[in-house]
Amino acid sequence: MSTPQALIATQRFGLGAKPGDLAQRAADPQGWLLDQVGVTAPLPGIQPSAQRVVVLAEARRERQEMKQSGDKNADVFAQLKTQQRNIYLGDATARLEAAIASDTPFVERWVRFWSNHFTVSIARAAISGLVVPFENEAIRPNVFGRFADLALAVVRHPAMLLYLDNAQSIGPNSPVGRRREAGLNENLARELMELHTLGVDGGYAQDDVRALAKILTGWTIARPGRMAERLNATPGTFRFIALAHEPGDKTLLGKRYAENGEQEGIAAIRDLSGHPATAQHIARKIARHFLADDPPPVAVASLAEAFTSSGGDLAALARRLVSLPQSWSLPMTKARPPEEWLIAIRRAFPAGKDAPSRKMLGALQQLGQVPFAAPSPAGWPDESAGWLGPEALMARIDFANAAAQRIRVAQPRAMVDQILGPGIADESRQQIERAPSVPDAVALLLVSPEFMLR
Amino acid sequence: MASRRSFLLGLGAIAFAGGGARLALAAAPVDQRFVVIILRGAMDGLSAIPPYADPDYRDLRGALAIAAPGQADGALDLDGAFGLHPRLATLKALYDQKQLIVAHAVATAYRERSHFDGQDLLENGTPVPHGTADGWLNRTLALLNGDDGLGLALGDQVPLMLRGKVAVTSWAPKKLPGADADFVSRVAQMYQASPILLAALESAMDADRMAAGALGPNPTPMTGGGYRRGAAKALAEAAGKFLADPDGPRIAVLEINGWDTHSGQGTANGRLAQALGELDAATAALRQSLGATWARTAVLTATEFGRTAAPNGTGGTDHGTASGAFLMGGAIEGGRVLTDWPGLDRSRLYQGRDLAPTMDLRALAKGVLADHLHLPPDALARVVFPNSGAVAPIADLIRAT
Repeated sequence: MSTPQALIATQRFGLGAKPGDLAQRAADPQGWLLDQVGVTAPLPGIQPSAQRVVVLAEARRERQEMKQSGDKNADVFAQLKTQQRNIYLGDATARLEAAIASDTPFVERWVRFWSNHFTVSIARAAISGLVVPFENEAIRPNVFGRFADLALAVVRHPAMLLYLDNAQSIGPNSPVGRRREAGLNENLARELMELHTLGVDGGYAQDDVRALAKILTGWTIARPGRMAERLNATPGTFRFIALAHEPGDKTLLGKRYAENGEQEGIAAIRDLSGHPATAQHIARKIARHFLADDPPPVAVASLAEAFTSSGGDLAALARRLVSLPQSWSLPMTKARPPEEWLIAIRRAFPAGKDAPSRKMLGALQQLGQVPFAAPSPAGWPDESAGWLGPEALMARIDFANAAAQRIRVAQPRAMVDQILGPGIADESRQQIERAPSVPDAVALLLVSPEFMLR
Repeated sequence: MASRRSFLLGLGAIAFAGGGARLALAAAPVDQRFVVIILRGAMDGLSAIPPYADPDYRDLRGALAIAAPGQADGALDLDGAFGLHPRLATLKALYDQKQLIVAHAVATAYRERSHFDGQDLLENGTPVPHGTADGWLNRTLALLNGDDGLGLALGDQVPLMLRGKVAVTSWAPKKLPGADADFVSRVAQMYQASPILLAALESAMDADRMAAGALGPNPTPMTGGGYRRGAAKALAEAAGKFLADPDGPRIAVLEINGWDTHSGQGTANGRLAQALGELDAATAALRQSLGATWARTAVLTATEFGRTAAPNGTGGTDHGTASGAFLMGGAIEGGRVLTDWPGLDRSRLYQGRDLAPTMDLRALAKGVLADHLHLPPDALARVVFPNSGAVAPIADLIRAT
């Protein structure tokens, strides 16, 4: 037998039950989640970002040369975008498959939360090939470490440096800035405070954005060729370029950062990570993502306390999350976003050979959530309303109908017990059991409140 | 879709107890149409509407300055002082037909520089971010005493501007073969125990019924799943068809992304030109599909803020303050530039960096709501845009009929 707690463990904190999961989790659902905390491994088979950055940089250079020589024929950059897109499709499919197969689905949810918190997006087509490596290299290894180390890894990653333009940001009074017409870009500095750390009401002003942008000048990527050689750097990886760094002292949030090259940025990111506003912002966002659109203040306070007292230890934060009494309360009110829903379908009904996995990305496009395609640096919405627009709901109903045609189930009643357990509402159970056909029963299960909400 | 419609007419009263009344749309209280196009990401007004005759424009903008009219890739001249970006040919034609007002140095009440707070305020209609949980167009619908169904969002989700007490519909082209009526009625039964899902399903059914009537069985397909370029044109075309239906919606919102040009902004080409091209194409599609209804239509563009007056260090612009707005349609008394131009001298820039705001976007919106939809000034100042008594509606935006 399974319990409502087992369903909470697999849905609210996991990616949905595989057949047999609910019965297995019934004895100790919380322990199952706690045991997952602390261990992450990179996804296998994802090419390192550095190699792809090199390809990108070479295409840019080639385009520049062709422009200068007046050759307008072949647009190498357009070819490159297609190539990057194909790489992305392979990466993103592999990532979906890994989530479907995962035996540590809480880890996958926790990774996805942080990937979305530090959004990079294929809305910038040129970085399509970097988004999954970004998660693999900057997010995954750090989600159970210190928040400050995670933030540093993110800010140094080529995908983020390109997505929020810092790779090109140059101190106006630096040697490079004085030699050619180049200067600051505020994009990363602003979003680092607004979205990643303090939150929009975290107490910073426009002057702080400028100061942080100056502090982060020189944080860029080693271009292949002479630059990388001179710096003795691996081409396509993070480098601090002192010649592009804005000289002089900076004042951020009332604190003076004496001229100190790359160390200024490291200190600033550590200070932002330890700021009380950051603890509040992160706590609220986690509670909203996992628990409720309007989470209980006591849960938010407890998460903030765990963040602060542990020095930003994200493993401690994850343990606190699954230990909160509010984490185990019903009803489920959060809409599963489309990616989570699709993964849950595939976990519940392992696909036969007629379900090529690349088709999943097409499905996610129809459902409104292509992985790493969030429309802005704020990432995908955490509020249920963002996923339950009328059109979005109808797309799910249509999709469930089509998908159910390909799913074979012998016994709808047993299916309900396996996937949703005994806590299912009478309305749902009746409709599923009275469905005129097995595909209809499966489709109704997929759009039932118990399967749509967590 | 036809089968879903028959479900709705036949079983609606069972599935949605008490919802039967909304199935038959009562005579709509207004015959005018109002469309808002949200430009998410902050449109650069100084490139969209180049003030090419301003003595400081060229120096200040440097490589991002749009060339003067008559030069290669030059601005499309409006009045000898302001022009339109070369990608805005449709808008230029509307201007020449006196169906476009170009407003400049426009801003909301927001003076910080967060996209997300800026958009929230733009949509909620109060002077502060998160000031209300509903949107100013939903409150407009409530004042029109309209049935549910007079408001329409184009796209998968309903933007905050349209969210609130009055139920609105949303529409995006179907990407999959639809579930049949019988199945949908079973889902509705199942959702009796889940108010969140039931409400969403009910709205979807309304939209479906409308689509079956206005678009026929084969609407233009669209790609979804995160924002895709080019989507706006298809949505605008559909919006026009819905709005042209005498029993259809009166107020619609569509959205265009891609305005956050921190780098690669360009001039006649580049990221901003792409976004403007999309706005231009969407405008043309909307006008075309509205047909004769265009004559009773007002369209307003709205963006959360403008961008820095000077380029940043990376061939783009950072978050700023004032931008421009377009007010167009057959109902508009157009063919003019509306601005109290603040100038681009450094001393005149807001905080020394942004185009200074001299017109409140709410004044434009209120002018339209007052003279086009005939809402009383008092309700505009208290309900639609709370605490906006000091922001007078701009008069004479609408053509006298």
